[in-house]
Amino acid sequence: MNKKFTSVRLVCAFGIAIAISIAIIFSISEEPGTAIFNLFLGPLQSKRHFFDVFASSVPLIFTGLALGLVFKSGNFSMIADAALYTGGVVTAAIAIKLALPAGVHPIVILIVAGVVGGIIGSIPAFLKVYFHTNELVTSLMLNYVFFYLGIFIVNKFLIDRQAGTFASLRYQNTATLPTLLRGTKFHVGFLIAIVVVILLYILVYKTKFGYEIRISGSNPEFAKYSGINTKKVIILTQVIAGAVAGIGGSVEQMAMYPRFNWQDSPSYAWDGVIIAILSGNNPKLVPFAAFFLAYIRVGADLMSRRSDVQNELVSIIQAVLILFITAERFMAGWKQRQEAKKALEG
Amino acid sequence: MEQRIILETKNITKVYPGGVVANHNVNIQIQKGEIHALVGENGAGKSTLMKMLFGMLTPTSGQILVDGQEVHFTSSSDAIAKGLGMVHQHFMQVPSMTVADNLILGAEPKHGLSVDRKKAVEITEELSKKYNLKVDAREKVEDISLAMRQKLEILKALYRGAHILILDEPTAVLTPQETEELFEQLKLLREKGHTIIFISHKLNEVKELCNRMTILRDGQTMGSYDIAELDENEISRLMVGREVSLDIQKEEADFGKAIFSVKDLVYVDQFGKTKVDHVSFSIREGQILGVAGIDGNGQSELVELIVGSLKQANGTITLKGNDLSKESVLKRQEAGISHVSEDRMKYGSAPKLSLEDNAISKIYYTNQLKTRGFLDKKKIAAFTKKILDGFLVKYDNPKQAISELSGGNVQKLIVGREYDYDPDLMIMNQPTRGIDVGAIEFIRKKIIDMRQRKKAILLVSADLGEILSLSDSVLVMNEGRIVGYIEDVKHTTEKELGLYMLGVKEDSKEQIGGAYCE
Repeated sequence: MNKKFTSVRLVCAFGIAIAISIAIIFSISEEPGTAIFNLFLGPLQSKRHFFDVFASSVPLIFTGLALGLVFKSGNFSMIADAALYTGGVVTAAIAIKLALPAGVHPIVILIVAGVVGGIIGSIPAFLKVYFHTNELVTSLMLNYVFFYLGIFIVNKFLIDRQAGTFASLRYQNTATLPTLLRGTKFHVGFLIAIVVVILLYILVYKTKFGYEIRISGSNPEFAKYSGINTKKVIILTQVIAGAVAGIGGSVEQMAMYPRFNWQDSPSYAWDGVIIAILSGNNPKLVPFAAFFLAYIRVGADLMSRRSDVQNELVSIIQAVLILFITAERFMAGWKQRQEAKKALEG
Repeated sequence: MEQRIILETKNITKVYPGGVVANHNVNIQIQKGEIHALVGENGAGKSTLMKMLFGMLTPTSGQILVDGQEVHFTSSSDAIAKGLGMVHQHFMQVPSMTVADNLILGAEPKHGLSVDRKKAVEITEELSKKYNLKVDAREKVEDISLAMRQKLEILKALYRGAHILILDEPTAVLTPQETEELFEQLKLLREKGHTIIFISHKLNEVKELCNRMTILRDGQTMGSYDIAELDENEISRLMVGREVSLDIQKEEADFGKAIFSVKDLVYVDQFGKTKVDHVSFSIREGQILGVAGIDGNGQSELVELIVGSLKQANGTITLKGNDLSKESVLKRQEAGISHVSEDRMKYGSAPKLSLEDNAISKIYYTNQLKTRGFLDKKKIAAFTKKILDGFLVKYDNPKQAISELSGGNVQKLIVGREYDYDPDLMIMNQPTRGIDVGAIEFIRKKIIDMRQRKKAILLVSADLGEILSLSDSVLVMNEGRIVGYIEDVKHTTEKELGLYMLGVKEDSKEQIGGAYCE
């Protein structure tokens, strides 16, 4: 009953989001047919655009996993933002300053970015455990600290003075992730993301520590009653989440950028919240949620280029989806009537 | 004489989210000026019915009539406006405010823009006098007794103009002496023309106090009767639908050596209040030690000290010669302590997680459930099934959330989980609170079974009947201290325990010292 209800609810939420976006397009566009076609089917028109969707979904998978894990443990740290950004900066530093053989270079970068991300992730957790600070507040403030620290490092040590804009020197050729399909952006990073998905799924659902995460997140009082060290759970999950986000930033930099030019912090961590919500914090479902979000974004991009509708429409679709998925009472009446009917018959 | 019907339901039905049918076509008629008992075992739907009458729940179908007029309550303020008042099992009060402030909360007498505090005290004292419900208007609620808090709750309803009062198991928190006093006051209210609905499952109380009664079973009415029509046996057959024996059959005590002791245990809470005050006792193999006391007199803290979730300021805890005083919760479990907590949804389970996740919480880290280092689905399923079947838990499938089960089934799962761990010391804190009679009977049998297997059992319960029928020996706690020790339970009565609980009676130091042995 519950499974069926969840899926019916999800379909309805999508249906409403799509209906609203179509209604908006009709009300503002001179060429609604073209706009709608490109929004929903644009990415399927060419191989290049279709695989763009995969490429765009990669950072979303990483942040979705990181945020989902933190949420699963009952915490609300947004430090994935700082971890991802700093992971990118670390990547730039090693990709520019360190000469290493091809194959070894990306691995070293991923490891260092992961470690740095993990350390950053641990800060709000330690503050929470030992000083009882609210991890949401500290992580949001630390995001600024690490963002400006990153800008400083790039400006001071890695900047390309000739570029005329904010950009680091070019990465060495050994420090890139190759594409898997010629003529597309479908790159090795996607495979790395899938490996991380599998590892996290095993961690959460197949290990002792995963059980501790789920119990602590669901009812911390019961966790304490069961003898679970909830402090350890808080710290370790946020370290792991930080590492995942750090690796995500690194993969994105190596695969998609020839040089570091994130002058604004990319909004991947906030997208990660959307992915975490859509996937119900289950690592297994993260790639699908990320693919969906990437798909409508690529579609919206095509729509804005080929018609008179701006791609900000995506934000409306996202907002409507989140609203209906998180609204607990949405369709609850319907569910209850069904249950009442079934219960009274039986 | 034809009586006027003041409150009535017609075919009222309530289905909770999750599909639990709490009330099914319930018809009940309340006459003006009577004390009407609503009896039924736990889970029969009494509270649900009253919450609908009081506007806290919306019926799935059916009608409610007040004075012959159909009403649709959308909130309790609608019900209050129609002259209904409710005294909940858990008092709806602000502990840090005074009695008078609590009384007027939501309907304050105004003095310009500010609340007229002086008037509030006057109103409280006036009402208190009028209805002979004595309260101290200026005391803070956190400093007064449960019995006085209950009087305040009744006064609150009266202040808001209630002439139909609903009392939800009002005697559950009272000692026998306080119960008698409450009954006098309720009879006085009846004389003054108020109508009272009295929810209870204690039949002797119903017999003593009420005019008529309605019996509920499994969410349906089993008819309304004059009190004189039925004797207690007939009522209980109608309530339960089968013969249930809550009389405990237990063999003569055969104690082994003392395996568990606490000595000089002291706990001071964060506000500097001494909650557990130099408590010492021992439990022997095959002994059930009951702990009686009014809720909030240090029993919960005592249990938390023993399991390790609170840290004592002083004292030692030993099990089988091992000093556990400084060990973690986990270490104490591994040393042989199992614990059924007083609040099964808050401490005893993770309500949103599956039966499986909740069943394995004690052994999830052991190799018992693992294959090559990873948790094994099949082993988890098999272990869960063993507990669910062994403890007669009714469920649809082991992946469903535990919150979808009834209270009795949740408790059976929890007891099963703790029992399966095969502890040397089993702590049972309110093991049968708020569950159905079938589950109560089952859990009590399991407790006796553990006694038979020479386990030490600490039984904390607010239900004196339970303490008397299960325990071998009894401790009574009052304000954190042990005030009474009865070595053989056969030498005491509910009345006597009540005197200890109220702090009226206290044993000598030597007598209480007998609870501890080296």
